[in-house]
Amino acid sequence: MNWGSARDFFAMGGYALYVWGSYTVAALCIAAELWLLRSRGRTLKRRLGRNSTSAQS
Amino acid sequence: MSEASLAAVFAAVIRRDLTLAVRRRSDVFTTFFFFVLVVSLFPLGVGPAPDTLRTIAPGVLWVAALLASMLALTRLFAGDYADGTLEQLALSPQPLVLLVAAKVVAHWLVTGVPLVLVAPLLSLQFGLPSDALSVVLLSLLLGTPCLSLIGAIGAALTLGVRGAGGLLALLVLPLYVPVLIFGAASITACASGMAAGAHLSLLGASLLLALALGPWGAAAAIRIALE
Amino acid sequence: MVGKLWKYASPQAFYPLAGALAPWFFAAAAVLGAIGLYIGLWLAPTDFQQGDAYRIIFLHVPAAWMSMFLYVVMAFWCGVGLSMNTRLSFMMAQALAPTGAMFTFLALWTGSLWGKPTWGTWWVWDARLTSELILLFLYVGFLSLHAAIDDVRRADRAAALLALIGVINVPIIYFSVKWWNTLHQGASVSLARAPSMAATMLLGMLIMALAAWMYAIAVSFVRVRAIILEREAEADWMRDTEAA
Repeated sequence: MNWGSARDFFAMGGYALYVWGSYTVAALCIAAELWLLRSRGRTLKRRLGRNSTSAQS
Repeated sequence: MSEASLAAVFAAVIRRDLTLAVRRRSDVFTTFFFFVLVVSLFPLGVGPAPDTLRTIAPGVLWVAALLASMLALTRLFAGDYADGTLEQLALSPQPLVLLVAAKVVAHWLVTGVPLVLVAPLLSLQFGLPSDALSVVLLSLLLGTPCLSLIGAIGAALTLGVRGAGGLLALLVLPLYVPVLIFGAASITACASGMAAGAHLSLLGASLLLALALGPWGAAAAIRIALE
Repeated sequence: MVGKLWKYASPQAFYPLAGALAPWFFAAAAVLGAIGLYIGLWLAPTDFQQGDAYRIIFLHVPAAWMSMFLYVVMAFWCGVGLSMNTRLSFMMAQALAPTGAMFTFLALWTGSLWGKPTWGTWWVWDARLTSELILLFLYVGFLSLHAAIDDVRRADRAAALLALIGVINVPIIYFSVKWWNTLHQGASVSLARAPSMAATMLLGMLIMALAAWMYAIAVSFVRVRAIILEREAEADWMRDTEAA
């Protein structure tokens, strides 16, 4: 076990800015990518849903 | 219709392109003066301290050559693409690779050679030692054809595309990086008294590679654009 | 048996397959990521030289590996598409590119944040970071070229040619930048002489790399499904699937 306390963990030996700066941006990138993909899918479903109903009518 | 020899066709294409370029003289001069202008802007931005200028001179000359060469690339195929000549070239019995190579040679003669000739003069402005002048000449002589050959691929890929100029820059500048590095390093080496031979050999090697792959890639891209 | 796999070369067949597989890859990514982070952030010992700043390596190295790996895979599918004229290959290349670009950006960002505490500067023009930067330009160029051409078929093929030219160039660029760097070597710091790895550190890094790989596959599968939907919207098989 490396860390004495939760505070030590977040402090990362003084390098908190760099370490957490990296991990947060990584999390943001992944979240953004997934969110963009989801919204792309939603737009598509909406557009295709409209097309198919109009094709049927 | 007799089949003209490859050499004759090669020469004919060069002749045609040169004739067209001479008629549109503005193209030639724009590239040339752009080069001179960009090179002149750097001291204004960086300050006239001679040591600084001497240090940055190789890089400045080379980056300016890159940018000037790139500016001219959009005109390499665009005119022929617009009026249908390119399609005719692609349909002709001679290999498109050869015809593309001829066009690139003509393009280089018109846009690259003036840069090569004026660069030694400009390097004097930056205080480069006089024995570096021959290396400036040689490195650009070897390098500018590379730029034209590699750039031809980018020009062919972006034919008729919106915003082709900026996109061309984005596509082609990363590919120029090795040529830039070898070229600028050769001048720096010479200016600091070391041998430039290794760098120039690498430039030569880049040229050979560009000669082998450039026209082929550009021809492939033209066929894609014409489909 | 292998013969039966060829049917997945059609968008119509691949669409449901990708849809079925993607959740599994996401799950694998999540599990491996959790384990990797646990090892990297919690278990692995503090480095003697770099302190806890080295923990960025668990992001930086996997991101850098993936950025290069995805580019090669993308170029592979581009080559397949150009030679065999398969639509799905081009779609797959388009699906991989944004993720590859994302990993490249992440590699640059984490590399920079790692550099500041270890070398004292936010950016170093060393061979790897510089080549990584150029790789980002190559990705962006690929995506921009495709976006700029209206005709999808021409866009696919032009971008594919560009990717193939890029993949030939990447080793050349790397070599030239490395050489340029040794020529101008002022600072003697070499990039992340990765702390000679304790076993835990290495394990954490490999697991994170695997997690990144699973994530990339999952995301590309989802994206390629979106691309298939966008392009094949008029196809008959589309009307039949519950997708619409």
